[in-house]
Order: sequence, then structure tokens, then C-alpha cells
Amino acid sequence: MGMLINFRDWIDARFPLTKMWEEHLSKYYAPKNFNFWYYFGSLALLVLVLQIVTGIFLTMNYKPDAGQAFASVEYIMRDVEWGWLIRYMHSTGATAFFLVVYLHMFRALLYGSYKKPRELIWIFGMMIYLALMAEAFFGYLLPWGQMSYWGAQVIISLFGAIPVIGDDLSLWIRGDFVISDVTLNRFFALHVIAVPFVLAILVVVHILALHEVGSNNPDGIEIKKNKDENGIPKDGIPFHPYYSVKDIAGVVVFLMFFSFVMFFVPEGGGYLLEAPNFEPADPLKTPEHIAPVWYFTPYYAMLRAVTIDIGPLSAKFLGVIVMGAAVVILFFLPWLDRSPVKSIRYRGPICKIMLALFVIAFVVLGWLGTQAPTDAKTLMAQIGTIVYFAFFLLMPIYTKIDSTKPVPDRVTG
Amino acid sequence: MSGDAVDTSKRRFLIAATTVVGGVGAVYTAVPFVASWMPSERAKAAGAPVEADISKLEAGQMIRVQWRGKPVWILKRNEEMLAALPGLDDRLRDPASVDPQQPDYAQNGTRSIKPEILIAVGICTHLGCSPTFIPEALPQPYDPDWKGGFFCPCHGSKFDLAGRVYNSVPAPLNLEVPPHAYVSETLVLIGDDGGIS
Amino acid sequence: MKKHVLAILLFVAPVFAMAGGGGVHLDKANIDPTNKESLQRGARTFVNYCMGCHSARYQRYNRLGRDLGISDDDIIANLMFTGEKVGDLMDIAMTPVMGKKWFGAAPPDLTLVARVRGTDWLYTYLRTFYLDDSRPFGVNNEVFSNVGMPNVLWELQGWQRPIYKTVVDDEGHEHQVLEGVELLKAGSQTPAEFDRTIRDLVNFLAYMGEPIKLERQSLGIKVMLFLFVFFIFAYLLKKEYWKDIH
Repeated sequence: MGMLINFRDWIDARFPLTKMWEEHLSKYYAPKNFNFWYYFGSLALLVLVLQIVTGIFLTMNYKPDAGQAFASVEYIMRDVEWGWLIRYMHSTGATAFFLVVYLHMFRALLYGSYKKPRELIWIFGMMIYLALMAEAFFGYLLPWGQMSYWGAQVIISLFGAIPVIGDDLSLWIRGDFVISDVTLNRFFALHVIAVPFVLAILVVVHILALHEVGSNNPDGIEIKKNKDENGIPKDGIPFHPYYSVKDIAGVVVFLMFFSFVMFFVPEGGGYLLEAPNFEPADPLKTPEHIAPVWYFTPYYAMLRAVTIDIGPLSAKFLGVIVMGAAVVILFFLPWLDRSPVKSIRYRGPICKIMLALFVIAFVVLGWLGTQAPTDAKTLMAQIGTIVYFAFFLLMPIYTKIDSTKPVPDRVTG
Repeated sequence: MSGDAVDTSKRRFLIAATTVVGGVGAVYTAVPFVASWMPSERAKAAGAPVEADISKLEAGQMIRVQWRGKPVWILKRNEEMLAALPGLDDRLRDPASVDPQQPDYAQNGTRSIKPEILIAVGICTHLGCSPTFIPEALPQPYDPDWKGGFFCPCHGSKFDLAGRVYNSVPAPLNLEVPPHAYVSETLVLIGDDGGIS
Repeated sequence: MKKHVLAILLFVAPVFAMAGGGGVHLDKANIDPTNKESLQRGARTFVNYCMGCHSARYQRYNRLGRDLGISDDDIIANLMFTGEKVGDLMDIAMTPVMGKKWFGAAPPDLTLVARVRGTDWLYTYLRTFYLDDSRPFGVNNEVFSNVGMPNVLWELQGWQRPIYKTVVDDEGHEHQVLEGVELLKAGSQTPAEFDRTIRDLVNFLAYMGEPIKLERQSLGIKVMLFLFVFFIFAYLLKKEYWKDIH
């Protein structure tokens, strides 16, 4: 034991180990009223690590060549010992990542975690979301199945809709006149090395920005406003051991859901591993029904909802604009929200209704994105898109005029 | 803050118990990743036994087959070659094949099942080069009293026509004799002896 | 708050139930993945009737033997006809290029067909070939219109003919719509026997699509049990520490 302490002291004289441990764990004071919605940050970190580890092991056997990719995935599933488990962990992990991240973002909407002084945490988080979408998009081409190929075809052709530069841009992204081995190889490099690096850096700065300001909480109170004689927030508790121990329990529950899906329904009814992707990519045969993976479907529904041209701008291009705007507008949330209170607990009925409508619209749009378009469904998608944007565009107005309840000084749990 | 004292022993027990259970889980989770490095079914299939037809093999002639990516020599020794073997014993490092470089049925004077047929992996036991077949019993620059055998050009190791390594050469061991079995008089299966060895 | 989330989820849940597509009615395959005899019969049917044109190039013979309880010697004697080794993949001599040249469209590899089409579709497909003079091979199919495949199993099933129904559309025009098929000439198996043959074949195709399935489910149960035990300890640990905070 003494030896360990000496070793620690030797390190501390050369590296801020204990300082970091205290600053970020044992003396990082987090509000004591974290609830269910506060599990998803640490879960997101867990899933990131999971995807990296399983990804590394998949890369040991995967072949990023159009003639070998599909077969190499089946090689992993059948010939590599435990390869099937590593593959299913990675495919289930991709879905888990987005589910956890969406719930994590929802927490911010509930409790105003993006409001001053936490705008930068939100911006970094949005950048993580963008990087994650890119990572998923690049990764999905790699199995080189029918859905991989044609999904990529559709998305890259969206870039082609941009006036003037569109076609050249698509050609540049593909590296070839059609999606080919060239595209596959570069998407492999981006998915395995480039974007994971970016993701890792963004996660670090996201957490650093959080720790600089301190965590928000379900009451939206700034706990640093109430410190005791030692300078410790009265409503704060050290992250370690209290939240490390609580998060471990949360991780185990998460692993139960994760394992259930991975071991019993890895295909997820065709939503996690899509049936057409068990067929090798065929540039001459389009599947009956192309849909992106579930986590992109809300945006896909918005893309298809725009059916009118405006002057020289095609409906296709406008759809791309709308889809892009739907993601970009999230960046502006800290400045659109003019409410004097942070948490939904102390806001009035308008904010509550708008948030509920937003969630319903997002989920329904997601479902619509999986469906083949009909007139009725397109109308639903148009309504959903309008509700989605109204949540943001009207926010400066309704957050200001909505009633509020008095915010307590101390957290309520 | 609670007014009760902290029950330290209960806390310690729970920490220990949770750590042990968690540790077990961590080990079980690590096993598939480590195991995934073992040879895959494809590698095992490629490493499967190889059949060699020796019906056309003449005395003094050697053929090579490939097994597990390695060269395997099949040499039909003539009377002269076989007669020379016992006389070499005191020039060899392991004349009785004590080191486990061969299955039990090849631990004899000719290191083989059939006295005239030598089956050996053609890889020098020093650092892995493939030695050259020098069957003639004529004086050589590296051995004025050469009675036929294998000479490794990389670092000068010498093996006799039973694959036994000479004294005072870099190679430490006799050539490896792979598991093998005669399916018939003229067909030998290399890499599988029905589990005898 | 949780109530609101629950309400939203319940409202939205039925929407997912409607997500399944429409189309031709499919018969239920009712396969039993644990029935090794069924799988063995299916393997035999597959090798004898399908592998002339269709490869199964991601499946190894020896894996099939291990999972279905067939020895290597029996595999070599009964399921391998062209001198491959038992560790080889179940590939065929006809390459996709040749296949396309000879048949117009290369007969697809079938290792994963059960994961692409589903077992009910395959079960229905293989039993609903019917005579149709307008097609190059003289047959058409109820679930796969204008399929390019001949009815390979005619010896067992016999020949079926289509039953048409006259349907009048909104504009008063009459259309012939395919309502079903019926047996015209019996084959060497009764319809019940043929259904079983196809069920076994589909069972085998489902196995080939994912040979690890049974092991994955069995391991899953063990993992869930372990996590449940782990949760109890983790939860007690959390509760013990959180006594400090109240």
C-alpha cells in the first residue's frame, strides 16, 4: 500500500494525475438531484468506447475492397471465432449510440442545459451529433450490401442537387463516376480513422466545457450560487463516489437492454440490420424499398416532404435545404430560447405543449421516413416538418410570453 | 446529510462483491475478443491435411508438397543412403531423436514409418530457411566427408538424409517430421495420423 | 414527467405495428431450428436439387456437419460430389458470369436468402409454382411474378395450374386476377409430404443464413442472468452510498 502511494506521488510530481482525478471526479461537485435523464451522458461515452473497441476488432478481419467486403463480413460472422458477437455488438451499438444521444439531447431540451453559460457545451454537442451522423453514414457503406450501396447513392445524389457545383461535388465525394471501390476505400479511411479521432477530441472538449461551468440539473438552478463555508455548493455532491456508483447501476440496466437486442433480436425487425443488406451490392438492381437506417428517418421524411419547386430551385434541392436546416437550427437553440427560467418544471403550458408537439413530430416523421410515400403520408410529413420548425422559429416568442413559476433557491430532487 | 454513521464494513463488502462480479463480467467480455485472434475456420481449412501420391517416386528421388504453407519433403532413399545412416551417429547432435521433433512412430534410425521413405518439413530449425537437397556422397566445401543430406545456405547448418542435425552447426534440432499416415501403399496423408501422435 | 413520456410512447407504438408491408398472403413456414433431422433432410434436398445452379459460398461443409450432427465421412459420402475437401466452402463450378450468360440472370447464391426474403416467403415461393406457357421455362410463381427459375421440384410436387378470378375495376373493365393454384398432376410426394420437404428445406436455408443463431440465443440467456445478478449488487452498492445524501 505504501508502495502504491509512493508510486502515485512519483507520478504526481511529473503529471497532474491526482489533480485531474480531483478536478473531474472526486472533487467535481455535481447537483445531487440528477434523475433518469442524466444517465445518458455516461452511457453515450460507454457506447463510444464499445464502438471503438468492436470496430478495431472488426477492422482486423474486414476487407475494404468492393470485391471482398461483403464476403469478409460473412467471414467474420462464420469463420472468425466470436466474430459474430463482435459484429452484432457493433451493429447494435450503432443504434444504441443514436438512441442514447437523442435521449441525452432531449434532457437538454427539458432542463435548458444549453442556456447561458452552457452554450458552448451545446455547440460541441451538436458538432458531436454531426460527426456521429457522418460516422454512421460512412460506416453503413462498408458491408457493401444492397442497402449500403443504394442508400449511399441516394444521399450522395442529394449533394448533386446543389445548383452549379452539385455534380462536381458528387463526383469529388465518390472519387468515381458511380459509387465504386474507390468510394468504399475512402469511406473506410474516414469511418475507421478520421471521424473517430474528431469524435474523441469533441467528446473531450465537450466534457471539459461542462466541467468548467458545472452541470445543470432538473430544476435548472445554478448550485454554485449557494456555497457553504468551504466553498462547496450546498446542493452539490462529489461525482465520485456518488455518481460513479449510480452510473454503474445505470450501465448494467443499459447492458440488459443492449444484450437483449444483441442476443435475441439483432436484426431489430429489419430496422437494425436491414434485409436487403444481406444481398451483395448490385449497381444494376435497385431494391424495392430504399430507406435510411432509423436514426436518419426523421430527416429523410422532411427531405421527401418538400414537393414544390420555387422558381429555379428544384423541390429536390429545397428538400436538401430543409433537411440541412433542420439540423443546423439546433445549433441556434441557446439564442432562440428567451425564457427566463431553464427547466420545463418552472415553465408554463405553452412551452410544455410545444415540446410535446416537437417530440411527437420527430417520432412520427421518423416513422414516415421508413414508409413508401403516399399522398396522405406526404401531407403528414409536411405537417410534421412545419411543427418541427415551428418549435424553433416561434421559440423566441412563446418562451417570452409563456408564464413561469417561481424557481426555488435550492434543488428539489 | 444522514445522521447515521457510515457502515464501513457493509460498504467494503458491497464494493468488493460488485467489483468481483463486475470483474468476472469483464473477463467474460474480454474472452471473445482475445479468442477472435485464434486461427479462423478458413485458416484451419487451409491448414488441412494434404494427400501425396508416391507411386511414381524412384529411389534417390525427392518430391515436395505444401502443407500449412510450409514445404514438406518426401524422399525415397536408396540402399546406399540407408546404409550410411548408422555410421553418422557420433557426428550428430541428436542421433536417437530424443528431442520431440517427430511423432513416436518416427523415433527410430530412419525417422520414418517406411524405412525408405523420409517425410520431413523442409525448414531449417535454426531460423527458417529451406535447406538445399545434396544427396550425392561426395566431398563438399563444408564437409570433406559428406555422406549426402541437406545443407542450409543461410548459416551453414547440415542435416543427414534422415533429417538429423549435425554437431557444431547453428541449427539446434533435427528437422520436424509432421504427423502422417499411409492411406495405402502409395498414398500418404500429411498432417493427420488419426490422432495417434 | 415520466407519465408524459409513457403516454407519448404508447400513442406512437401502434404506428410501428402498421409498419409491415402488404402484398401476397404468405403461408407460415413453422420451422423448428432445433430439429436436427429436419435440417439434415433439408440439407440433402438443397444439395441434390438446388446446388446444380445455386452456390452457398459462405457456408462450409464441415460446419454444417458439426451443427447438424453429421460426421465428416457422411458429409463426404452424401453431400459432396465433386472432390472438394470437407473444410471447403459450398461453392459450385458455375461462376456468376457463366450463369448470367447461360440463364440471362445468374442464379443467386443462397447462403443468406433466408435473411433477405424471410422463411414464410421462401416456404410459399417454393410451393406455388404453376404452369404458364408464356414463360421460357413454362412456369410462373404466385409470390415471385415472372420468376426466371424453372420448377426444379416438379418430380416431388407434381404440376400445379393457376386459378383465376374475374375482377371488375372502377371503370367497369374486367381483369383476370390470380387467386391461387391447384394440383393438376400428382408428383411422387403427396401435398402433405411435399409441404414437409419444403419446410425442411426452408429450415435448412434459415440455418445457413445464420448458423450461430441457437448458440447466440443460449448465450443470451446466460448473459441476461449474469446481468441481473450484477444489477442486484450494483444497486445495493448505490443505495448504500446514497444513504449519505438525504
